[in-house]
Amino acid sequence: MPEIVRVGMAELKTAKAPDKIVTLGLGSCIGVCAYDAISKIGGMVHVMLPDSSLAIESTNPAKFADTGVPLLLQELKQQGVITIENIIIKIVGGAEMFAASSKDTHLGVGARNILAVEETCQELNLTISAKSVGGNAGKSITLNLETGIVEVKSMNTIFVL
Amino acid sequence: MFIMKDLGQSHFDVLKEIGNIGAGNAATALSQLISQKIEMTVPNVSIMPFGSVSDILGGAEREVAGVYLRVFGDAPSKIVFLFSVQEAYSLVDMILHCPAGTTQEFGDFEQSALKEIGNIMTGAYLHALTKLTGLHQLSSVPSFACDMVGAIMNTALTDLGMIGDYALLIETQFSLVEREINGHFFLVPDPGSLEIILGALGVGSSCQK
Repeated sequence: MPEIVRVGMAELKTAKAPDKIVTLGLGSCIGVCAYDAISKIGGMVHVMLPDSSLAIESTNPAKFADTGVPLLLQELKQQGVITIENIIIKIVGGAEMFAASSKDTHLGVGARNILAVEETCQELNLTISAKSVGGNAGKSITLNLETGIVEVKSMNTIFVL
Repeated sequence: MFIMKDLGQSHFDVLKEIGNIGAGNAATALSQLISQKIEMTVPNVSIMPFGSVSDILGGAEREVAGVYLRVFGDAPSKIVFLFSVQEAYSLVDMILHCPAGTTQEFGDFEQSALKEIGNIMTGAYLHALTKLTGLHQLSSVPSFACDMVGAIMNTALTDLGMIGDYALLIETQFSLVEREINGHFFLVPDPGSLEIILGALGVGSSCQK
């Protein structure tokens, strides 16, 4: 039986086909999906903040873009992904939920998360093959490990990456 | 800096009391605004892993109407009001003195009405908190979103991610007696603010737990 693996805020999970990995209600957070088509192993991390150096007290690397993405890679290797070059990355999220006060620097966290994820991927030589980021709508995503397709659902639409 | 695991029972009690007095004032303000009797629950102070926050609100994908305000001043924090979509419609009907069932969407006007409710209730809440603690506090312009509850709470909780892996929520539910409207009111202190609030009330970190 295929299982649905749920990833909560600031969590990281990996799984193998025929399972699916799901994270619900992404706002300013970003869901980073990584998938290896050869082994059909994939993972997802739900990052909240861009930079772990901002943290005063945290023991959870999955919460930050700069530590969460490398951790995702490491977990995939542990699960049996051999060639990093084959890993496909897709990112979703980084919205500004409350658009009316976007001048408020605090709310720029969505945009800062997008930048941080992209930079970290570049440093790790990972190519982002598809993304649906920014805007002001919350999204839920499902990574299908049979195909590597990411289904993106918001209040009004459903589409695939 | 205060971290969640240092919080003892006395701190919880104080936070509950803050929630109680603040939300009491806020509920009174709402009651006067719509001339209706309002009941509220004893506040719930909860600390939970980020991953489980949306579970208490009926699942991350549930569609809700939310009003969000930032609080500036001595102890910055965030305030979030959440209503189910239907209940938010009813609330707008009441504010605008329309028959029940009139409002069917969140246009500019309806959003504005809900934001104003958020504004007035926040003002009442902060006034009570200021009187109690002597801390100077001001709220931002309210913003509105109708979306997944998980996505809305994300925004309010991100800053807390910097000081730990747990969310601290001071939650009060209020309900209108005559019509079925249940609102959630959340106060989410910024990193560092918890210490200031508790300190102002004489239960700082040195207090016996």
